[in-house]
Amino acid sequence: METILEVSNVVKQFGGFTALSDVNLRVQQGERLGLIGPNGSGKTTLINCISGAFTDYQGSIRFDGNDISKLKAHERTKRGIARSFQIPRPFSSMSVMENLLVPFAFVGGKDGPVQQKEAMDILQGMGLANKAFVQSNQLSQVELRKMELARAMAAKPKLLISDEAMAGLSGTEVDEVLEILFGLNKLGITIIMIEHIMQAVMKFSQRVVCLDAGKIICEGTPETIVKNPEVQRAYLGD
Amino acid sequence: MTSMKYAAYSSLLLLGLLTLSIMSGVNEYFFFAGFVVLQFVVLATAWNILGGYAGYVNFGVPAFIAVGAYTAVVLFKSISAPLLVQIVGGGILAGALGLGVGLLTLKLRGIFFSIATVAVVFILETLVNNWRYVGGATGLQLTRPADLWFFDSYVRMLFFVMAVLAVFSVTVARYVQDSFLGRGLRAVRDSEEAAECSGVPTLKIKLIACTISGALMGIAGAPMPMYLSYIEPLSTFNLSYSIYALGMPIIGGTSHWIGPVIGALLLATLQQIVTVTVSNELNVLIVGVLLVLFVVIAPEGILGLVKKWKQSSK
Repeated sequence: METILEVSNVVKQFGGFTALSDVNLRVQQGERLGLIGPNGSGKTTLINCISGAFTDYQGSIRFDGNDISKLKAHERTKRGIARSFQIPRPFSSMSVMENLLVPFAFVGGKDGPVQQKEAMDILQGMGLANKAFVQSNQLSQVELRKMELARAMAAKPKLLISDEAMAGLSGTEVDEVLEILFGLNKLGITIIMIEHIMQAVMKFSQRVVCLDAGKIICEGTPETIVKNPEVQRAYLGD
Repeated sequence: MTSMKYAAYSSLLLLGLLTLSIMSGVNEYFFFAGFVVLQFVVLATAWNILGGYAGYVNFGVPAFIAVGAYTAVVLFKSISAPLLVQIVGGGILAGALGLGVGLLTLKLRGIFFSIATVAVVFILETLVNNWRYVGGATGLQLTRPADLWFFDSYVRMLFFVMAVLAVFSVTVARYVQDSFLGRGLRAVRDSEEAAECSGVPTLKIKLIACTISGALMGIAGAPMPMYLSYIEPLSTFNLSYSIYALGMPIIGGTSHWIGPVIGALLLATLQQIVTVTVSNELNVLIVGVLLVLFVVIAPEGILGLVKKWKQSSK
């Protein structure tokens, strides 16, 4: 299998605080990777470095064969990295459809009828078609989460990073979102999932990486990760 | 409104105003006051391109007006440039100021950007105060050229010129709103992080908006020295311009190009009437009170009220 994302020796500091120290991570084309770790362990910081929200880190990030370390977030989106946000960030003055047309316009360069049809297809796949022309500040929490994923899809990514897309959702809603992510993966999209809901991560991931205090403490299959003493210590204490 | 319809309406409007300005029998004061109203249409429209669409509140409006006005003065004094050259020159330099200020400040968000733009006003005012060639702090008397085209008076001509500039500015704002740029700016206003991650080059489009907005403020300021036959820094760098240029779009509604036009026409006309009938000081109060009322009761301005009314009557 081909490596699509390669994070090498990434160090990110906020003033005197080291949020990530020497992180190395390889993700394979088409892989479903789970990223776990206690609060404050650096998961979102790592995602911010990969998606380009931060560019002032040491180390290098290669994506799809190219060094993207110095690229800004919008350039990385164009290369094929899309993400959803931990706290949904809808374009709240726009309808759901218009939210999707932003990436269509700026990544694909067009937002005509063809793109609207495509956007509708994406919404259909997420079960949001009936909300297409509703203003996005009227959506429920689960609908917002789905719209974030739909908007990420509209950028036609090769790698989708889902940052706690299931936080605050009910059991059945978690299953709905999981199904969507499985569906996207079947289309060939590599997915990194950050999640606190363990059943979801374990069910979804082929491989799980656990961060603690800015370091990757272990990685492996979901089964081995839950039994790993270091992971148990990170989550439960000694 | 389709582009065809828009073009037809605006041409008709300009033709009407042209006829009005060459008609004899209309009181000269009408044109004197009308110039100011139209100037505010330009300013409010210009402000809204950055402030309304992108949500970046520019308090530095007088700096851009002054760059337009003083560029016109320099061009007039040095090479006796005709009015149109003064306007184009003022627009270009004010646009350049917009780009420069944008490069320095648009990485700042929210209130920090706004404070930085106020600073620009003070910096430029200090410069002009100490620049002898344009009259320094005492100001400069200017003699209007005799060329009136086919108008009866210079004020009538300026009125029509400002009408053309107003239609031009609104056309630019309308174009921006309907283009990719407008979609991107709205995304920036709603969430800058999400905009970046949707492929929007946020810094670049903010810079474009700041440049266009600055240039339009510059062309609004450029005819001022000829209008007053005089220029001096204290009134040119008056921070009230910032309040008006931001108040009018907020009262009219910032989400659509027509909002600032409605706000400016209503407010500036009201101000002109109050200035003549009551007092010059009262018009500042009026804008202040209306602004507070609208922010509290109708944050989406008159446009928002109309939208609500339409929805409830369905």
